Amino acid sequence: MTILQVMFILISLITLGGGLYTVTAKNLFHAALGLILSLAGVACLYGLLEASFLAGAQVLIYIGAIAILIIFAVMLTRGVMGAFPRANEQWSYAVIVSLALLAVLLVTLFRFSWPQGAPAAVPTDSIARLGQALVDPGQYALPFEVASVLLVAALIGSIYVARDKK
Amino acid sequence: MNVINDPFTWIAGLLINWLSTFMPADGVNITMAVLRAASLGIFALVMFMVMTWIERKGVARIQNRIGPNLAGPWGLFQPLADGVKALTKEDITPDHADRIVYNIAPILSAAAAMIVFAAIPFGPGLIGTDMNIGIFYILAVSGMGVLAILLAGWSSNNKYALLGGFRVVAQLVSYEVPHVLSIAAPVMLAGSMSLIDIVNKQPVWYIFVLPASAVIVMLSGMAEVGRSPFDLLDAESEIIAGHHIEYSGMKFALFFLAEYVHAFAVCCIVTALFLGGWRGPNIAGVTVPWLWFWIKTILLFNIMVWARGTLPRLRIDQLMAFNWKFLVPLSLANLIVVPLADRLAQGLGLAQGSWPWALVMLAFNVAMIVVAFSLVGAPGRRARMAAEAPAEAPTESHGESGNGEEHGLTHGADAGHAPAAVGVH
Repeated sequence: MTILQVMFILISLITLGGGLYTVTAKNLFHAALGLILSLAGVACLYGLLEASFLAGAQVLIYIGAIAILIIFAVMLTRGVMGAFPRANEQWSYAVIVSLALLAVLLVTLFRFSWPQGAPAAVPTDSIARLGQALVDPGQYALPFEVASVLLVAALIGSIYVARDKK
Repeated sequence: MNVINDPFTWIAGLLINWLSTFMPADGVNITMAVLRAASLGIFALVMFMVMTWIERKGVARIQNRIGPNLAGPWGLFQPLADGVKALTKEDITPDHADRIVYNIAPILSAAAAMIVFAAIPFGPGLIGTDMNIGIFYILAVSGMGVLAILLAGWSSNNKYALLGGFRVVAQLVSYEVPHVLSIAAPVMLAGSMSLIDIVNKQPVWYIFVLPASAVIVMLSGMAEVGRSPFDLLDAESEIIAGHHIEYSGMKFALFFLAEYVHAFAVCCIVTALFLGGWRGPNIAGVTVPWLWFWIKTILLFNIMVWARGTLPRLRIDQLMAFNWKFLVPLSLANLIVVPLADRLAQGLGLAQGSWPWALVMLAFNVAMIVVAFSLVGAPGRRARMAAEAPAEAPTESHGESGNGEEHGLTHGADAGHAPAAVGVH
C-alpha cells in the first residue's frame, strides 16, 4: 500500500465517522460539529486528487459559510446546552430513503467501467481552464448562469420573508 | 551580496548540503519542509511579541503615557513577562461548559491564524509553499477563525460569550463580502491567484492602480480581525469580553495571539497584493527583499495601532450600514470598473504595468470613489437630518419621553444604563 492509499483510507474514515456522528449525536450542536469534520474530510479528498481549487472552495463555502450559518441557527434554538429530544419520529423513513440512495450508488459503482490506466498529469493552468469553461457558451455558461439566477431568486425570497410587514 | 539579499535561502542551501551528506533525497526534502513550517510558526510567534510591544508603546504615546518600560530595554521583554504570567494563571473551566469544544476553540483559533502564513511570500523564493490558489487558500482557512470564535462563544455557557458569538457571525460574515470582492480586483489584473505571481506583476504598486480596493481590503481586514474601531466582538464596555470571557491563563493567551497573528497576516496580505510585496529600491546591488516586505507590513500595522488609539468604537448598526450600504456596493462597482478601465487603457496602446496605464486606472478609480461618495453621502445626510428633526420635536412637547429617548441612544451601548432607561418608560 502506498502512502497515498493510507492517507485516502484515513481521510475517508474521518469523513464517514464525522457523518455518522452527525446523524447519531444527541446534542444538536455536536451534530453540526460532526458535519464540519465530515466536510473537512471531503476537502482533504479534493486535496488528494490535486483539485486544489475545489478543496479551497469546499472549505470556503461549506465550512466557512454554510456550516457557520447552520451553527448560528442551532445557537438560536432553545436549550442547546443539553441533549435534545428528537423533534419527530420519522427516522425509520429516513433510513429507508438513505438505504435506497445507497443501493443506487452501489449499483452505479459496480456497473461503471472505471478507467484502469495511470491518471493523466494535472494541467498547471487548471484554474484558468475551469474559469474559461464556466463562461464558455459551448461548455458550462448556461448551467453557471442558471445557478446564479437561482441564487438571486433565493436572495430576493429571503429578503421578502425577512422584511418588516407594514 | 546573496547573503544579505536572501540570507534564508543561503542558510537553507547550507543545511541541504549538510543534510544530504547522511540522508537520502526524500529525507532531506521532508526535513526541510518540517523546518520551513516550524520557522514560519516561530516567525509568527516572534511577530506576535513584536506587535504587542509596538501596539502598547504606540497607544501609550497617543494617550500621553510611556507604556511598558521596565522589562528589558524600552520594555522590549514585556511580552515574555506576559507569557510567563499567563502560564502561571489558574486554568478555569466554567460549570456546565462543553468541555471538549471549550478546549478545542482556542487551539483552532490560533491554528487558523497561523496556517495563513504558509502562502505568504516574504521574498522572491521565501514562501512556505507556492500554491496556484495562494490568496484563495488564505481566504478559505481564515474563515476557520470565525468557527473557533463561535465554538468559544457557545461552549462557555455564558450569556455574554454567546452574544459575542452572535456578533462575530453578523460582523465577520458581512465583512467577508467586500473583502473577497475587493481582493478579486488585483487577482483579475494579475491573472493569477498565486501571491508570487501577483507581486511579480507589480512594477507599479497596485495601490496606485487600485486605491479603492486597497482601502476596502485594509478596512474589511481590520473588521475581520475585530480590531478597533471594529472591535464589537470583544467590546469590554458592552459584552465584557465577548467570546473569551470565561477563558483564563494560556487559553486566553491563545485567543490574544490569534488576534495579533491574524492582524499581522492581514498586513502581509495587503502588502503582497497592493504594496508591491518585497519590491524595493535597488541600492548598489543590495535589494533586501525580505526587509522591504517586513518594513511595509510593520508600517501597515502602525496604521492599525493609530486607528485603535484615536477612533471610538462603532455601533453595531453603523457597522452594518457602513458595510452593506457603502463597502459592498463600492466593491461591486469596483469589480465592474477595473476590467473596463484595464481594457480601455490597453486599447489605447498602454502596456499593462506601465505608468501611463496606471494613471488611467487611477483616474477611473478616483472618479468611481467620487461618484460613490456623492451617491451615498447625499441620501445619508438627508437621512441624518430627518432622524434629528423629529427627535428634537418631542423634547419641546413631552420633555420626559424625549430625554428617555436620548438616554437610550447615547447610553444604549452601556449595559448598566439600559435597564434604567426602560424603567423611566
